[in-house]
Formats: sequence, structure tokens, C-alpha cells
Amino acid sequence: MFRDAALVAGKDLRLELRSRVGVAQVAPFALLMLILFAFALDPDRAVLQRATAGLYWVAVLFSALLAIQRAFAVESDEGVRDALRLSGLDPAGIFLGKVAAIAIQLLVLEVLLLGGVVVLYNAEPSGFALLVPTCLSATLGLAAAGCIYGVLAAGLRVKETILPLLLLPVLAPVLIAATQAFEAALGGATGEGWRWLGLLLVFAAAYVALGFGTFGLLLEES
Amino acid sequence: MVASTSSPGTRILGVAVGAGLAVLLLFALVLSPADAVQEETVRMFYVHVPTALIAFTAFFVTVGASVGYLVRRTEWWDIVAGASAEMGAVLLVATLVSGALWGRVTWGVYWTWDARLTLTALLFVLVLGYLAVRRLPLERGQRSRVSAVVGLLLAPTTIACHYATTWWRTLHQSQTVTTTDAKLDGLMLFTFALGMIVFGLLYGWLMIHRFRILWLENRVEDLSLDAAIADRLREAQPDAPRTSPTLTGSGIPGATG
Amino acid sequence: MVEVGVSRTRHQDRVRPPVRSSYAMELAVHFRGAVSFLGRFPALTGVDLDVGPGEVVLLRGPNGAGKTTLLRCCAALVRVSAGEAVVLGHELVGASAEVRRSLRRRVGLLGHGAGLYDELTVADNVTFWARAGGADPVDAEAAMVQLGLDGRLRHLAVGRLSAGQRRRTSLAVMLARRPALWLLDEPHAGLDQTGRDVIDRLILDARAAGVTVLIASHELDRAEAVATRTVTLVGGSVLGAPPTPGSARSPIAAPVDRAQDEVVDRVP
Repeated sequence: MFRDAALVAGKDLRLELRSRVGVAQVAPFALLMLILFAFALDPDRAVLQRATAGLYWVAVLFSALLAIQRAFAVESDEGVRDALRLSGLDPAGIFLGKVAAIAIQLLVLEVLLLGGVVVLYNAEPSGFALLVPTCLSATLGLAAAGCIYGVLAAGLRVKETILPLLLLPVLAPVLIAATQAFEAALGGATGEGWRWLGLLLVFAAAYVALGFGTFGLLLEES
Repeated sequence: MVASTSSPGTRILGVAVGAGLAVLLLFALVLSPADAVQEETVRMFYVHVPTALIAFTAFFVTVGASVGYLVRRTEWWDIVAGASAEMGAVLLVATLVSGALWGRVTWGVYWTWDARLTLTALLFVLVLGYLAVRRLPLERGQRSRVSAVVGLLLAPTTIACHYATTWWRTLHQSQTVTTTDAKLDGLMLFTFALGMIVFGLLYGWLMIHRFRILWLENRVEDLSLDAAIADRLREAQPDAPRTSPTLTGSGIPGATG
Repeated sequence: MVEVGVSRTRHQDRVRPPVRSSYAMELAVHFRGAVSFLGRFPALTGVDLDVGPGEVVLLRGPNGAGKTTLLRCCAALVRVSAGEAVVLGHELVGASAEVRRSLRRRVGLLGHGAGLYDELTVADNVTFWARAGGADPVDAEAAMVQLGLDGRLRHLAVGRLSAGQRRRTSLAVMLARRPALWLLDEPHAGLDQTGRDVIDRLILDARAAGVTVLIASHELDRAEAVATRTVTLVGGSVLGAPPTPGSARSPIAAPVDRAQDEVVDRVP
């Protein structure tokens, strides 16, 4: 299974390297979101600074949606999906590989956004002991849940609209938890944040486990 | 030929529900006392809370039936899951609307971001997502399997949302206090219990009818598929002297007629 | 792909005729009265087909006759709802996911879609799909050489290739995996003379190697030259196929379940 996962992850990352959609489109979209927030929320410094954690994670969430859509758009061709089913790859391995590839892309995006937030909103990053694990576990949860619903939507004509509808409520806890953890980290009082990190870890573990169980069926039926 | 999905059982149930609603209205609006703090507006409570609780029950039924389908793979579980989700959505609308009206009258706001309400709103969106999946243009077996997985996934989502929203709102001051934990006794308790029973029966009655409709739709589809096989064979090979294979075993002859 | 309405296990118990005869097991493909649906459309309306190992069978018939569906059923990509269907010893009706996956490892399907990632190169695609199927990278290389894909074409993105080159890439993937059953859906379509010659040569090599091949094609002259047998599919079933003595004629022997009674019985 891990061999299959490595194979699929390698393939996805190579695809990204060749096509550069993540770099050329998703990353600029993420930065664009930060800019749009500034337009919407009166660049009176106080508002943006107070809301930094939340705005950051909203930007991550919507960029993740794009990244997941993209990751499964390459698999949306009927011939490719047939080939995946026929290939004899372990579905759990395919799941793990796709999660890994998406997670790596998202982490790069998050670092970029962190830079954006520091520059554009004058944030002062602190509390890295909490910040980094939060990013890692939230990203894993996002990627895992995203892959489950992504493969479900992949073969549908309405995939662009049904994926956000299904995925965003599922990711609401990640948004809440990650924002709270970030606020704790950025505010200097990290005591509160650990509980949220726990929630993120449980979420990520649960969805990875669920993905193992359900990805095969969804790939088959989509 | 039966022209409706009623049976003696459901007629009795339907009458019971109708009568129950009438009695409930009587008690809720007239006979039960006004609350000390909230006066007359508390009467909304007799609709708001039972619909909420029954909606949550419908939600659990959907999740449970989805698991049941994945284990047993019979049509029954699939139909129950779908029908229950529809009922749950309707009841949630009633809950949210009655809650909004109550809030407006009592505290001047239609909505507040406390844990319970937020969770209810999230659940509503989740059920809508599930219903959207049920409406996808897939083949029946495919749709059942995919819906069952989505239904199953509602469970961890709800748990995660519950913890997230509860922790979220206990860290901050809530502006208003929703006193649905008010002490109930005597006539108020009775009316509340009556509300629970009546809405529960309403749910059951609607479920039975909806189940039957969906079941019959599937049967009609099966029969039409048999006919489709026969038609196709007849068009293609009008001289072939054979009985066409069928799914329901009704042995439609391919060459006659 | 429609689930039969009655409880799945119950219906299967009543319906499935005994199939594990040694006759069925020796054949590469054995279909009796196989029915398959695409949505509400009965793509296969009762197919009777026996293919021995090493045969090259040409499936001909008008468009929409069900040739593609038949091939996809053999690859376990489409469910067979009723009847008997055994491919390479795998029972297809009511098959579990493991059985389907096990069968798929042994068949190669050349379908309408290329099954390739447009943005990756030929070499990337062949190595990925070959390794995914458990093949040796060496076999992948050999397959590319055999199909003339090494050299200039190696590092070209598949999206930039011509239809013929793409078809050759898909074939290379299939060859590298060395399947026991080849399912070719209109392999000659859209190819030039050279391309068609390549395909014919490959089929003849496969025949010599004992691989079973099912070809769906409209190119009757070419295909008939390489095929050992021709089968015609019309309206979802095989034209004029004589039933093999001793097999069940009608796949369903169960009494009719009346819809109304079902409702009253089943509703709690």
C-alpha cells in the first residue's frame, strides 16, 4: 500500500511540477483573497490585525478547495478513472498518495500566506511551537477530508458546485479550531490553543482512517 | 388497483396525528400557563423544541440507515435513509424558523451565535448536502452506495462540529441566554411531552408514506427495465424465438406481439 | 447497474444458477444470458458467449449494440445484473470488490479514452501505469521500444501527441502489464496505415503467445484477418448464438414478486 501511495504521490507532484497550476493560479488566488479582505474590511489596521487568524484560515480554506478541485480534475477524464480502477492499485494507497500530494502543496501555500499576512496585515508571528503543529494537523485534516469528497465529486458533471457544498461544512471545525489556535499563538497566550490542536489532531486522524475505509467504494462508484 | 399509499394502519396514525396536533394547539396556546419570565412567548417552545429533537432523531436514523445499507445492501435501508433525511430537513426548517421568531419576539434578535444554534445551522447545511447527493443523476445502485457513504460521513462531521462549536462559544461571552433548560412542571411539562409525542407521530406517519412512495417508484422502474430489455430485443432480432431475460422474473416474451 | 429491488442476497440465492462447472472454468470468457444496464438502458439484453483461452474473437455489430459494454463487463468495470458471467475464472454477477480487483489485474482494456495524463510525458505515463499494475520497469521500457516510443517521443507530453501516438502509448501500458486477456475497443479507429499494421502485428504476436483477445471493431477486413472467430452483437445480445447443451436458458427461475404485496409485507 505504501508503495502505491508513493507512486501516486510522486505522479501528482510531477504533474504539478509540469503544469504549475498550483504556483501560477492557486497561490495568486490565495494572495488575492488577502487583498480582497483588506478591501472589504476597512484597512484600518486594527480590524485586519484583530481578524488576522480568521482571515488567514478562510484564505487557506478556499485555496484548499481550489487545490483539491485541481487534484481531482486531472482524474476526471473517464479514461483515466477507468485506468485507475483497472490498474490494480490499492485504493487505500491511492488515497494516501493523493492526501500526501495535496498536503504538501497546501503546506507550501500556507507558508506563502503566512508571509502575506505578515507583510500585508502587519502580523507578528510568534508561538511557533503551537503555530507549526496547528498548520500541519489542520492541513492533514483538510487534505484527507478533501480527498474523500473530491473523489466522490470527480466524475460528476456538477463537481464544481457540489464539492464546496459537501466539503465546507465538514471543514468548519477545522476553520474554528485552527483560527482559535492561531489566535492563541499570535496573541502570545498559548495556553488555550493546545486544546484546539488536540481537536485538529483527532480530526485529521479520523478522516485519514475514514478515507482508508471509504475511498475504494467512492472511486468505484464515481 | 390501490390509488394511494394509505393502509388501515396509516389512516389511524394520520387521524391520531391530526387530533394530536389539535390538542397540542389547545394546550400550548390556551391551557398551559404563561411562563413567569417569558410570558406568552414561551408558547413557541412547544413547537420549537420538539421539532428540533425529532429532527435530530431523523438525522440519527439517516446515519444509522446508511450504515445499515453498507452492511446489508438491501433497498430498505437506502429508502429509510433518504426518507428520514427529507423529514429531518423539513423539521429543521420548522425548528430554525420557530426559533428565529421566538428569538425576535423575546430577545429582539433573529439569530445568535451560541453553540446549539450554530450546530443546528451546520446540521441543516449537512442534510442539504446529503439530499443534493441523493438527487445526483446516477444509476440507482451507484446512488445508493454513494449516498450511504455520505450519510455515514455525517456522523464524524457532526461530532467534530459539536465539539468545535461548543468549545468555541464557551470561551466567549454569549450575548443572550437561551433558557430552554427552564424548569418544567405540571401542565407545561405535560404540554411539552404531548408536543414530543405528536411530532414524533407526525414524523412516523410521513415516513411511512414517503417510504412507500419511494419503494413503489423503484418497483415501477424495475418493471420498466424489463420492458426495455424486451423492446430492445424485439427491435434488434424480431425473428429470434426466445423469452427475454428479466430482472423481476415476469418473463416478458420477446417475440410475441 | 441497477440493484434488483428485492433483498440482494435473497434474490441472488433464488436466481443464480449453478455455474461452477469445469466447462465454465476452462474458458477465458463464459457468458450466459448476461444482462447489464447503463442507467435505465439495457445495454446487454442476454449475451451468450464462450471464448476459449488463446482465441481471438472479433465482436462486430452496429453502433449501440453493446460491444463496448460487453468489453467493459469483461474488465469488471460495469456490473452484470443478471445471468451468468465468468471471466478468467472470476464470477462476475454479485462479485465483491476484491474479486473485481483481482480480475482487473489480469485483463488489459484499450478503451475509447486513452487513460493517460495529458500533462505528463510518454515515459512518465508508461512507467507510472506499468508500475501501478505491478510490472517491472524493464517491461515498461521494452514495451515502449516495441511500440517505437523511445527516442523523440519519450519526453513529449501526451497531450501533444497525435491520436495514433496516444493509442500506441496506451498499448505500451497494456503490453507492459502482460495481461492474460486483451480487450480492444475499436483499436484501429483513427489510425493511419502504419498504425493499423502495428496493431495487427501486436495481435498476431499475442495470439502466438496464447493470450486471449476480444476485439470490437468496424474494420472488418483487417480484424477478420487476425481473428479466429467472429461474433455479431445486435440489440445487446449475440445473433444466432446456439445455446450450449446443459446450460440454463433463462437466468431467472423465481416467481414474480408483486409490487403491491411487497409494500404491505415490507413496511414496518
